[in-house]
Amino acid sequence: MKKAELRFTGSGGQGVILATIILAEAAYEDKLQTVQSQSYGPEARGGLCKAECIIDEKPITYTKVGLPTLLLSLTQASLDKYVKDLQDDAVIVVDSEITVPEEVKASHKVISIPIIQSAVEVIKNPMAANIISLGAVNEAMKLVSQESLEEAVLNHIPKGTEELNINALHLGAQLVKEQ
Amino acid sequence: MAKRFQLLQGNEACVEGALAAGMKFYAGYPITPSTEIAERSAIRLPQVGGKFIQMEDEIAGIAAALGASVAGLKSMTATSGPGFSLKQENIGYACIAEIPLVVVDVQRSGPSTGLPTSPSQGDYMQAKWGTHGDHPVIAISPASVQETYNLAVRCFNLAEKYRTPVIFLMDEIIGHLREGCELIPAEELEIVNRGDHNVTGMPYAVSEGNYVPEFACFGEGEHYNVTGLFHDVDGFPTNNNEIARNAEQRLMDKIDMNLDDILDWEEVGTEDADVAILCYGGTTRAAKGAIEQAEAEGLKVGLFRPITVWPFPDKAVEELSKKVKHIVVAEHNYGQMLGEVKRVAKDNCTVDFIGKIDGTTLTPADILNKVKEVL
Repeated sequence: MKKAELRFTGSGGQGVILATIILAEAAYEDKLQTVQSQSYGPEARGGLCKAECIIDEKPITYTKVGLPTLLLSLTQASLDKYVKDLQDDAVIVVDSEITVPEEVKASHKVISIPIIQSAVEVIKNPMAANIISLGAVNEAMKLVSQESLEEAVLNHIPKGTEELNINALHLGAQLVKEQ
Repeated sequence: MAKRFQLLQGNEACVEGALAAGMKFYAGYPITPSTEIAERSAIRLPQVGGKFIQMEDEIAGIAAALGASVAGLKSMTATSGPGFSLKQENIGYACIAEIPLVVVDVQRSGPSTGLPTSPSQGDYMQAKWGTHGDHPVIAISPASVQETYNLAVRCFNLAEKYRTPVIFLMDEIIGHLREGCELIPAEELEIVNRGDHNVTGMPYAVSEGNYVPEFACFGEGEHYNVTGLFHDVDGFPTNNNEIARNAEQRLMDKIDMNLDDILDWEEVGTEDADVAILCYGGTTRAAKGAIEQAEAEGLKVGLFRPITVWPFPDKAVEELSKKVKHIVVAEHNYGQMLGEVKRVAKDNCTVDFIGKIDGTTLTPADILNKVKEVL
């Protein structure tokens, strides 16, 4: 596989950090090399939030994402800030409420899906947006096995929300397939 | 039974390594970016029959940890720069009273409260000179999550073996990084434990050919005196100049005479390289990235990384300075280990520096550009 450099962005509280932790855990379970890190500080509480995960078959030396192969944005502000720094063949996954500049659409594969709306209307829990995103990103990039991903999700959610979160994961993948 | 292979944060791996080494007591005051060490200790210590206590401040944190250690428990406290400053007086106390203790400093940008969430290596000199007076220091710096686990064990072992505080000099880069980590069980590790030595009226007596007095747990058997004043072998203070000189000399000797055991470094590809990058801790990851890029461009660049950062590996760096034409020191500070490298390298090779002091991190490109500048 090509080294995957993933940048998840959004607003503090949307769970983008947790999503990268779950993804890294699934990758580790699949015996892949992985590192995960996040930006801390005031910006992690309501403002811009950024988390990163690198997945590779080879040992990972430098721990930060330089230019991502995938950008996930759940808010307009986070897309605007991070859309400038991308690899040429990078994939962008965004919530469908977000406006992606035409020149970006022309040069990159953009997957625009109703992540937040689906969390509220289908899953009936806005907190599930990050897990829907995770399902979507893994469907788009084929990073980790479904089995490891589900196991990692279950490791990180409150008791009683197992079905809801697994449904959210599947919904994310479905939205990408239908796109 | 916990999974042997886990995705962990550096801070979490620090706690797991400490537990494998036998940590039974943690006292401290949480501070970013070290807070996860307190959090995980609070969860994990009660599970293994240990105690966690959050004290009213950083000074009380180290003081409680020292007390627990004297009473026989392997103890740790963790903090970041501002708290590390507060702990300095008691680090000196641990040095002279010869109390084993692991003090973790997950460095952030300073001085003062600085940039609380940003990485730095600005406490390198403080780890050595933060507490006053001539005193021995062992400081160790990890460059990955796995190494954080392994070296936490080593910190405890060295603290016990040499009856001295050991500084685990981490940084935000590794402390907050998640990576895979093998939680090697204690049975598969070399663990140094205290013997069941009893006080004989001379708690600080050293047997012939040794530098370290055997540890007698306070509260078991006869009571003895523990003091920050220079003391005779009976543990009581003295103004006798000869006793003071001998006591100070022995404190220094117990480290200086055991450098082969204490020093540790990683050296890669320096034999046939014109330039070596010298770095430690989290900076190593960017340096290794730079070396990968250099190789892709056909440049041979070596790496020298002190793992034991204090005492400084004088001899090994002197040899390095004779092997290569240029050393580039990379640190997340204004140039601290740089001074040590210059002291040792003298005129054997050029010594240049690349650092960061704005809270951002050095990238492989930053370091590679510096390497190309000096070549």
